[in-house]
Amino acid sequence: MKISFNINGTPQEVDADGNTPLLWVIRDVLDLKGTKFGCGKAACGACTVHVNGEAVRSCSYAAKFAEGKNITTIEGLATGDGLHPVQQAWMEEIVPQCGYCQPGFMMATAALLEKVPNPTDQDIDDNIVNICRCATYYRMRKAIHRAAEIKNANT
Amino acid sequence: MKKNYLFYTLFLLTAGMALAYASSELQEGDAMAQPPGGEEPEDALQAFDKMMAVLTHKRCVNCHPAGDRPRQGEDSHYHNFGVRRGEDNHGLPALRCETCHQQENNNFSGVPGAPEWSLAPLSMQWEGLSRVEIARSMLDPARNGGRTLEETVRHLTEHELVLWAWEPGVDASGTPREKPPVPKDEYIKAVKAWAEAGAPIPEE
Repeated sequence: MKISFNINGTPQEVDADGNTPLLWVIRDVLDLKGTKFGCGKAACGACTVHVNGEAVRSCSYAAKFAEGKNITTIEGLATGDGLHPVQQAWMEEIVPQCGYCQPGFMMATAALLEKVPNPTDQDIDDNIVNICRCATYYRMRKAIHRAAEIKNANT
Repeated sequence: MKKNYLFYTLFLLTAGMALAYASSELQEGDAMAQPPGGEEPEDALQAFDKMMAVLTHKRCVNCHPAGDRPRQGEDSHYHNFGVRRGEDNHGLPALRCETCHQQENNNFSGVPGAPEWSLAPLSMQWEGLSRVEIARSMLDPARNGGRTLEETVRHLTEHELVLWAWEPGVDASGTPREKPPVPKDEYIKAVKAWAEAGAPIPEE
């Protein structure tokens, strides 16, 4: 079936089985490899993207539901020339170890900061439930607070 | 001997005709005792039993929890990832039900889905209640979202999220989820029969 949506600000139309996970449309059809496959069961969060601004596990999101929606992946998180505050904070705090899960964490964090501009540690623990096998959680927490500072200073 | 044979044959014929007549009368009588639908009206308390066998099943109670933590699975464990109710019963600001649950089951990932996937409001908590207490709460406008009996029946028999219980899909390992112990059409019929009888709740 034909599925039309905007991805990272660009209109796209793909021809795919409507039940194909959006993740595979993003990676294999549109060749955007930043969004990762982790568990395939909506558990680890490595595949997190934004659909109309909401964090969504794309491995468990049928492509047909993307019709008419605005999709943002890690490749489209930054707008303009500058980095997104989350990207900047991630670099400052040297968060990644192997790095595989980080795009999912960063997308989840960007969605959190839109809803909760100054998250507490508890907000972070409750809302960011992705899984990192390298256990970079401590650095991520610092980066999330730093990202909130940068974002709030910019607005 | 010939006379006896004739008598015996006549007796059998007469008895056979009488039996056939009686049988046809019995069938007509049964048919007349039934309602137009051809089925006997369901006893209200039998209907209550059937309805509550469904409503106390884990497919319903897992999302009618006592407190802010949904339950999941056949053993009704707390929902993975520390998922919480949130202000609108759809989860936390950046961990919404819709983060993982969509409009229909996803049988690739094993994530269940249906329209309006959410927790029942806290006032509609059923976990830990007896079936009588659940029934009373369903009829209490202060706890049932201000629904009339008619609206409650409509919710119980037509809402897609409720009826999802009979199409629960598969879990993360591909194993079909357990369905409620009463078939959907029997459950719907029981809810309506119970309501039409005045929604009686037994003393237990």
